[in-house]
Amino acid sequence: MGIDVRNVNKAFGSTPVLRDVSVDVTAGSLTALLGPSGGGKSTLLRVIAGLEKPDTGTVVISGVDATRLAPQRRNVGFVFQHYAAFKHMTVFDNVAFGLQVRKRSKSEIRARVGELLELVHLEAFATRYPAQLSGGQRQRMALARALAVEPQVLLLDEPFGALDAQVRKELRAWLRRLHDEVHVTTVFVTHDQEEAIEVADNIVVLADGEVRQAGTPAEVYDQPVNPFVMRFLGPVTNIGDRLVRPHDLELSRDAEPGSSAAEVTRVLRLGFEVRVEMRLDNHDAWAQITRRAADRLSLRPGDTVYVRPNAEARTLAADAA
Amino acid sequence: MTKHILRSAALLYLLMLLVLPLAFIAYRTFEAGLGTFWASLTSPSALHAFRVTIIVAFWAVLLNTIFGVATALLLVRHTFIGKRGLNALIDLPLAVSPVVVGLALILVYGRFTPVGGWLDAVGIQIIFSIPGMVLATVFVSLPLVVRSVVPVLEELGDEQEQAARTLGAGRSATFRRITLPGIRAALGYGIVLCLARALGEYGAVAVVSGRLVDQTQTITLFVEERFQNFDQPAAFAASTALGLLAVATLLITKLIAPKVRSS
Repeated sequence: MGIDVRNVNKAFGSTPVLRDVSVDVTAGSLTALLGPSGGGKSTLLRVIAGLEKPDTGTVVISGVDATRLAPQRRNVGFVFQHYAAFKHMTVFDNVAFGLQVRKRSKSEIRARVGELLELVHLEAFATRYPAQLSGGQRQRMALARALAVEPQVLLLDEPFGALDAQVRKELRAWLRRLHDEVHVTTVFVTHDQEEAIEVADNIVVLADGEVRQAGTPAEVYDQPVNPFVMRFLGPVTNIGDRLVRPHDLELSRDAEPGSSAAEVTRVLRLGFEVRVEMRLDNHDAWAQITRRAADRLSLRPGDTVYVRPNAEARTLAADAA
Repeated sequence: MTKHILRSAALLYLLMLLVLPLAFIAYRTFEAGLGTFWASLTSPSALHAFRVTIIVAFWAVLLNTIFGVATALLLVRHTFIGKRGLNALIDLPLAVSPVVVGLALILVYGRFTPVGGWLDAVGIQIIFSIPGMVLATVFVSLPLVVRSVVPVLEELGDEQEQAARTLGAGRSATFRRITLPGIRAALGYGIVLCLARALGEYGAVAVVSGRLVDQTQTITLFVEERFQNFDQPAAFAASTALGLLAVATLLITKLIAPKVRSS
C-alpha cells in the first residue's frame, strides 16, 4: 500500500515548485526526500499531508485517493521542523490532542499517552510545558504527538534541522530504531545526504522540482544516473571529462592501460586516509587512498603519478545534464 | 541630575493632567458624604442611564469581538484582492471625529432616508434608539480588537494550526483549541479597550441618541446633562462611577492575562 504520488505539478504563482513528480513509497519503509533547499521536497511532503493542494496529479495513501481529502481526514502524522508544539498545553496534552479530538475515553488516552511518552523517553516530563523542554525533547514530543493517532503515514519535515550537530546524530540513530519498532510508513525531508544514507531504506533525490533519481542509498550513491545526483550524494573529482568518486581512483608509479599521467601538487594525511591532490592535463583532481597505499607509493609534490578509476568504479560524463 | 529633572517633569505633567482633575472629582463627589453619593447614583434617571450604557456597551463589545477576530484571521491568514484596502479601512474610525460618525449614521438610517424609511416601515427604529447607539459605538471602537489581535496572530504563525489539522482537528476545533488560546491575552486586552471606549463614548452617541432623558441617555450623556442643569452632585457621582468602572476593567485585564508558565 504505502504512498503513491502520480504526476504531481505545483506552482506558487508563476514559479513551478514541483514538476511532474511521481514517487512510490513502499509500505513500512523509511524514505528520505533528499535535495538542495528550494528543490521542492518540503512542498512534496506538504502535498502528501494535504497542507498544500497539487495543481494537477494524484496522491494515493494506502490505496485511497487522498488528493482532495482535507488534512484531518488523511490519517497522517506530520512533524514540523520547528516542532509546532502547542505552547499553551502540557507535554501530556500535546500528545493527547489527536486522541481527544477523536473522542477516545480518558482511561484509553492516559494509557496510550503514557506508552508513547515512554517510547520517546519523556515519561518524566508529562506535566511540563514545551517552553521548559530542550529542542531535542520538543522534537521527540512532536513525534509522540504525531504517532499517538496511529497514522498510516508519518511525515517529517527536516525533523532535525533546527538541532545542534550532536543531538541531531543521536536523534537520527534513535529515529531509525524507532522505525524498526513501530514500522509505520515514514517519509522524511532532509538536505543532508549523510543523514539520508544513514537512516533511510530509500532515497528520492529532488532538485528544481523534479525527481532526479530514486533508489536505495547504495544505488543512488554507487550508481548515480546523472552528475547532479553523483555530486550531491558524495565527493567527486574529474579525470579528464569523466566524473568519478575520489575513493574509486587507483594511483600507480607506472603507466597502466587506461591511466592518465598527473603531477602531484599536495599530499594530505587525514588520519586513516590520505588525500592526494594533483594536476592532470590542465585541471585539478584529487584521490582518496589508504595510508598503506600512500606509504607504498611514497608520493611527494612534484612527482608524476598515473591515475585511473578502479575496475568497479562508476564514472559519468561530466557535462551530461 | 538630568534623570531627576526628567522624572520631576513627567510627574508634574501627570499630576496636572491626570491626578489633580480626578482627585478633585473624587473630592467633590464625596464632599457631601456617602449618602448623597449613593442617592445621586440610585435616582431613577441615573439607574436608567447605567442600564442603557451597559446594554449598548455589551452589544458593541460582542459585535466588535466577533468581527475583530474574524477580520484579524482574514487579514493574517489569507491573501485576497482588496486586502490592503480593508486594512486601511479598519483604521478609519480612529481618524474620523465621532460627531461626524453620528451625523453620517443619521444620514443613512434616519427616518426620512431610503434605508431608514424602509427599516421604519418594518418596525425597526435605528436613530434615536438603542440600535443606532450600538452602531455608533461599534463604529468608533471598530479597530481596537482587530489591532490587538493581528500582531499576535502574525507572531503565532500557522504551524500549530496545521499540526492540529493533521492530528484530525477540523477547522472549528482547531480555532477553539489552538488559535483562540494562542490569542487569548491579546483578545482580552482588545475587548477591555473596546469596553472602555464603549463605556466612555460621548460624541457619536450624543448625536444618534437624541439625548432623550430616561430613554436613550447613557451615563456620559447623563453626566453632561446633570452638569448643565447645575446638579453637580449627580454629575460628579456618575463621573466617579465611570472612573471606578474603568479601574475595574483594567483589573480584569490583569486577571485574565495568561499565567506565566516558564520555570
